[in-house]
Formats: sequence, C-alpha cells, structure tokens
Amino acid sequence: MELNLLIGGAAGQGMETIMNLLGKSLVREGFGIIYSKDYMSRVRGGHNFSRLRIAPGTPWSNVETVDILVALNEETYFLHRENLAPSARIIYDPQDFNLPEQESRGVPVELKSLAEEAGGKVMANTVAVGALLVLMGLETNTVESLLEDTFAGKEGAVEKNIAALQSGYDAAASYCSACFTLPPRNESGKKLFIDGNQVLGMSALASGCRFLSAYPMTPSTGVMNYLAAKSTDYPLVVEQAEDEVAAINMALGAAYTGVRSLTCTSGGGFSLMVEGLSLAGMTETPLVIIVAMRPGPATGFPTRTEQGDLNFVIHGGHGEFPRAVLSATSQEDAFYRLNKAFALADRYQTPVIFLSDQNFADTHRSVEPFDFSRLNYDLALAGEGEFEKPYKRYRASKNGVSPRILPGEHAGEVVLIDSDEHDEQGNITESAEVRRMMAEKRMRKLQGLAEEMDEPDLYGDPHPEVLLVGWGSNYGVLREAVDALSEAGIKTAMLHYSDIYPLPVQRLQELLGEVKKSYCVENNATGQLAGLIRRETGLQIGGLILKYDGRPFLPREIVEEVENDL
Amino acid sequence: MTCKAEDYLTGKTAWCPGCGNFAIRKALAEALAELEIPSHEIIIFSGIGQAAKMPHYIKTNGFNGLHGRALPPAVGSRAANKELKVIVESGDGDSYGEGGNHFIHNIRRNPDIAHFVHNNQVYGLTKGQASPTSDPGMQTGVQVTGVSIPPLNPLSLALTMGSGFIARSFSGEKEHLKETMKEAINFPGYALVDILQPCVSFNKVNTFGWYKQRVYYPEIEDHYDWNNAMALTRQWGDRIPLGIFYKSPRMTFESSQLVLEGEPLVRRPFDPSRMASLQDEFY
Ligand SMILES: Cc1ncc(C[n+]2csc(CCOP(=O)(O)OP(=O)(O)O)c2C)c(N)n1
Ligand code: SF4
Ligand SMILES: [Mg+2]
Repeated sequence: MELNLLIGGAAGQGMETIMNLLGKSLVREGFGIIYSKDYMSRVRGGHNFSRLRIAPGTPWSNVETVDILVALNEETYFLHRENLAPSARIIYDPQDFNLPEQESRGVPVELKSLAEEAGGKVMANTVAVGALLVLMGLETNTVESLLEDTFAGKEGAVEKNIAALQSGYDAAASYCSACFTLPPRNESGKKLFIDGNQVLGMSALASGCRFLSAYPMTPSTGVMNYLAAKSTDYPLVVEQAEDEVAAINMALGAAYTGVRSLTCTSGGGFSLMVEGLSLAGMTETPLVIIVAMRPGPATGFPTRTEQGDLNFVIHGGHGEFPRAVLSATSQEDAFYRLNKAFALADRYQTPVIFLSDQNFADTHRSVEPFDFSRLNYDLALAGEGEFEKPYKRYRASKNGVSPRILPGEHAGEVVLIDSDEHDEQGNITESAEVRRMMAEKRMRKLQGLAEEMDEPDLYGDPHPEVLLVGWGSNYGVLREAVDALSEAGIKTAMLHYSDIYPLPVQRLQELLGEVKKSYCVENNATGQLAGLIRRETGLQIGGLILKYDGRPFLPREIVEEVENDL
Repeated sequence: MTCKAEDYLTGKTAWCPGCGNFAIRKALAEALAELEIPSHEIIIFSGIGQAAKMPHYIKTNGFNGLHGRALPPAVGSRAANKELKVIVESGDGDSYGEGGNHFIHNIRRNPDIAHFVHNNQVYGLTKGQASPTSDPGMQTGVQVTGVSIPPLNPLSLALTMGSGFIARSFSGEKEHLKETMKEAINFPGYALVDILQPCVSFNKVNTFGWYKQRVYYPEIEDHYDWNNAMALTRQWGDRIPLGIFYKSPRMTFESSQLVLEGEPLVRRPFDPSRMASLQDEFY
C-alpha cells in the first residue's frame, strides 16, 4: 500500500513550496516519505517536477506511477499522463487549461482565484496543498501548525494561508474526499524531513567544521547555503571564494592554522581544485572536499545526476599521495560518514573526498533523528609534551603520520609546510634520499587508511544467486530492486560501497565466487566502480547495468535488466 | 623582550649572488625584530618562485604553497586564528600573473595581511620569461621580439580596487624598505608593498643601477589623498617614486565577520551539546 504524488509545472511556479509544506506535515503525521526533484537548469519556464512517495516504513526510492498529479500547467498533464494509475486524480486549475474531454479523473480547483480571495496569488500553492489533503483524507491541522511556524511574526500571513488552505480543501472535497488510502503511519517517535545537502551541512557543523570556502556550483550549493545560514550562530566562517582555486587553497590555510575545514563543489569546480588537492597531499594538511556529482563533461547537465567522477576523484591531482574517497549512500549513513571523513582527514593529515550527487543532494526523506554523541571532533593534534623539540612538521614515523601542532600555539616552535619536496623540518630539498623517504612516508598513510575503510553493506538474501554491486546514492533504489527481485523468486542480494577508496575487498572476494550472476549498477556510461574492482582485485563483475541520461535509476529499470538477462 | 634580526634568519639561501632578495630578507628580519613579534606568532605564506622561497629563510611559521596561490591560504588562516601576524611574500609573476584573480579579490576582501611583492619584472625561477610587469620591449627567450603588451600597474590597480595601503620600495634602499614593511605589518587590513628587486641573472634592463638612478622620495603630505596617490602610482620611467602613497584603513575581512569577535576560532572550545538541537528545524 502506497501513494505517489507528482507536482509539475514551469520553473518558478513553486512546486518546491508545495512539496516542502506537504512533505514536512506528512512526516509530522508519522508517514514515511521520499521526495525528489527533477528540475531544469533555468529559473523560469521549462518543465520541472517533484515526486513524493508515501509508503510503509520509509520508502527508499521514487517510482513512476502517479496516483495524484498536480498539474500546474497543461504540459504537465500530457507529459505524465501515461504514468497515471487508473484510479489517479488530477488537480488542475480550470482557469488555466482544461483536461481532454475523455479524461474523467480531473479535480478542478481554481488555484489562483481562490488564492486571490484568500489574500494573494502567491498562495495558490497553499490552495493546492489543501486540495491534496482532502484527497488523501487528511485534516488540515498539521499543515496549519506548520504554516504558523513558517510565517510566525509576519502580519496576517498565517491567517491568509490558512484561509487559502481551507478553500482548496473545500473546493476539492466535492470531487473526491478521502478517495485514497494512505499506508499505515510509523509507530516510532518523531522523524526528520531532510535532504542530502542539509544532512551534510549539519554533519559538517556538528563535526566541528569552522571554515567553509566554496564557489557556488549546483548541486553542491545547498551545503554552502546550510552552513552560511548557521554562521551567524555558530563559530564558523563561510567565505564565497573568487574561484575554486581560491576555495581549496583558503580551506587549506584555515586547516593548517588549526580549524576543521571544508570545501564543496561539483566536477567542474573540482577540476580547478586538483592542484590544491595535490598540495593537501604534499603538505599533509587535513581537508574534506565534498564533490556533488552532476553529468559532465564540461558543464554537462547542471541540475541532473550522475556518478561519473569516481575515477576522477580517485586519480585527480598530480603526483602520488594518499587520499580516501567516501560516498553518500543514504541520509541515515551520510551524516556519520561525512564525520568520518573529517576524522580520517585529521588522523592521517591528508585530503578526504566525500562523493555526493544531485540525486542524493536534492532528495528529502523521513529519517530517524541522528545520534550526535557518535560524532568525532578530535583534531588529533600533539599536545605540549607529545612532540619532540625542536618541532619538525614532517618527522619520520612508522605509520607515516607525524605529530601535528598548530602555528602559534607553542612558544618557540614554528610549523613550516611546503609544496616543494621537503625534509623533516619542512625545508625545500633536492636530496634523492630525502625524497625517497618522504614519498614512502606519505604513501604509508594509505595502509592506515585502508584499514579504516568499512566493508560494503550487504543486504538481501544471505545465499544469493544474483548479486548487485553499487555505490553512493544508488543505495535506496538497489534496496528496492533487491526486494522486488526477491519477491519475484530470484534470490538476490546487494553489496553496496560507502567507503570506496582505498577499496575494501574482503567481502566482495568472499561473495563473488558464490553467486551465479553479478552486476555492477552505476549512474555512468563506463562502469567506473567495476573498473576499480578489476584493477584492485583482478575480479570481473559479470555485467553492467548503467544509466547515464542524467536521471536516477528507477527500481523497475534494474529489475527488468536483471530479469531480461537471466 | 629583545629580538635580534639574526634570530629570524635561518636556512641556506639558494639565490644568485647579488640578487635583490638578500636585502629584502634582511629588511624583513630587521622589521620583525624591531616590531618584537616572536617567530611563532608570525606566518609567512608564499607561492612559488625565487621570492617565494622566503619561508625557508626566515624563522617563522611558513606555508610555502602553490604558484600564484599565496593569498588564499593566508585569508583562510586569518579566519582561523586572527592573532597571528600574516605576511605574504611572493614574486611579481606569482602575485600579479598566476595569482591575479586572488590579488584583485583580496583587495576587495581586505584581510589583515601584509603583501610584499618582490617585483623583479621577470620570471626568475623559470629563467627569464616576461612577467606581467616587464617593460615593453624587453627581449627574452620567449618574448623573442620583445614584450609587446603594456605592463600591469599593480599599485594603480590596487588603488582603484580600494586598497587601503599602497607602497613602493626598493631592495637597494634597505632602511626605507624596513620601515615600510613595519608600517605595512601594523596596518589593519590588506597592505601592498611593491618592492623593486633587481634580478642579476635575467633582467638585464631593470638593473640595480637602473633603479638606483631613478628612485626618489616624493613629499607626501596627505596619505588620504587618493588622487595624489594615483598620480604617484602612475609615475614610471625616468623617475620612480618610493614611499607609502596611500594609507586609509577601512573595514577588514576580519571585522566584517561578526563571528570572529572575541577568541580566535582555533581556540574556541567545541561544545557538542549545542549541536543536537541543530536537527530541531527538520521535525
Ligand atoms: C602551476 C604552475 N605553473 C608554472 C609554474 C612554474 N613557475 C614557477 S615560478 C614561476 C614564475 C616565477 O616568477 P615570479 O613569481 O616573478 O618569481 P621570481 O622567481 O621572479 O621571484 C613559474 C612560471 C609552477 N610552479 N606552477
Ligand atoms: S634568478 Fe634573479 S631573482 Fe632569482 S635568485 Fe637569481 S638574481 Fe635573484
Ligand atoms: Mg619575478
């Protein structure tokens, strides 16, 4: 039992407002939801839409079926007509357009006129929410209290919006009241309604991040927005850099001086950052870089999704230096994993890349509150008495990590870091011997990092015949695909990577020989994880299920590919 | 506390004998000693080039970063710990060419940084190609028929961008250089000192003698006089003025960041208990 909503219109028509209001109130009422956006790279016009799915527990992925369509323009109806369920309903404004005669599922609501009557055209979206509520058989009170929270202090706004909400509710009631049955509400406590970028921003702040420098680039900008909004209340500086080169170098300066630092970008910006990435590796400066992928090459599809930069972030930057690459799989996991990225960066004094993508960044889900006590905020510095004097920044050590102190914190001791090859003190050198020693010291850190990597998550049949291998934001859709295939009688499991580099190999090596058929499922055209696995282990994943049209996978697409192949 | 200039000198220099950088290094050490700033309370940021080797030769904290990228990490550092004195020391190619965008935008940002540009009008480290400040006509292995585009005027540019401290000095006038450095270090905000520096190996046009003959000290009565400063920054050729042409503090990067009021970020205790409430807005 589930319900799927789709709201579509031109950019600027406020689909997001409707979804945020509705989504949050559904979560407050105890429903499990996922809400994701499909939008064009423009501010006005075009066709944008959002999907919201309500299902038992918390749904992991959206699907194509539409039970309630809110068509803010005529195009939306025609574009999504095919996916309407037989019992679907279509909310539309008859003053804007009419549905074809043979279409009997319409629920005409004069969104704009009713909004104007309530006090202003901008509230057409609130009218639509009212109509949606009555169709789903819900009362208006939760949305009302949300409107009170949202518009508190704004003269008259609460009353007007509540009037708009009620008018939409009443207008739709005569056509279809409670004509859909909602899935059961979740029993357990309050849930959060939060998107991927917000999870990352919150995790960064709670991890003790005190400096973010970035240059806006979709789909990473949400992290910057989140943190900027907090920078007036928390000890945090958010600086919009003049370019990505400045962004990463600023963050390195702040990190060197002693605060947890972050930069975020997408592929194009990361291209500009790679010299700085290499500098972080050479100077052994901790830094976390969030790379929110979108389809490339070049400007690509700015507002869409892809997993095309895995190879790039593993190999980007000249020279050889240690790094870790972690990825965002689900909101639940990413909160803790980004914290791990900070902890690793500090512990190993090297850059850590956290891979996200548009699909993760812009998708809201209802999730359990996070346990903040699990977070690490230890900069792993050497205190007074824990380092030899005179201090040498790059003192030789067994695991490659040298005791780190901060400039200015220990009288008489100075901290020198250098992008040239350097000796233990940090001074530029041409010595072949020192070079060898330093290169080995740096690369030894990779062994430590490898031991810190989590094995991929195993979900599904304990003795699978089919194994789906994935990474990053495909976690949810793969879970749904595993469930669907299992239900269809195919013993299926998934092996899903969150920590990707250095690649953890044990679980994969154990499983791959046991299964009849394996597939790597990736949002790219070449199967980059499959390639990494082959390079690191010599193992060949049986097949590739790839999607690179800029849209996230739907569970059905994966299920069909497997079924057709078997 | 008495600080001696020698205490700030360290390392074995790798510059050509006769290079103007030696005098700049000495002036800097003397300036730091006279200002009595302990080594560990200073960070020198640099890029790549001959000038940019300075962090290896002066005993302070040092961040010898990437070519053209000395300013950005210096800004990040100011945010993290505003109690440390920050000096950026780099060449003309580094500061005005590869790092041109950072130069422009940090004048706007106005962090409390003293920026000392060793302007030898040439790319020294890469063996003598034209720099953004090379005089037209200068022939090099790359500019084989001579530099054909007009030079970048860093001081005029900085002035038009709103820089609050603009000065020119010369490695051959060490006292002046030292005093100018001291003022720049003490100036609240971005302070640019363009230092004429002979490169004996690769700039055969703008030699020590060439500069020495031309430099003079104009009478500057009013350091707030923007038009007078602009006129001085535009003098080049037969006579080259030295001095602090403009000095007028304005809102700094640090003071515009309200969160930086009080203890430096690096020393603020982390309060995890304040964090869990971050998720309240998502209920
Ligand atoms: C990204 C990058 N490009 C090019 C270089 C090569 N390079 C090193 S120093 C330099 C020019 C230095 O000129 P300047 O900044 O004027 O310093 P000088 O040696 O004259 O003091 C160049 C082109 C480099 N190190 N990094
Ligand atoms: S090449 Fe020029 S700038 Fe470099 S050390 Fe020699 S004289 Fe000085
Ligand atoms: Mg030069």
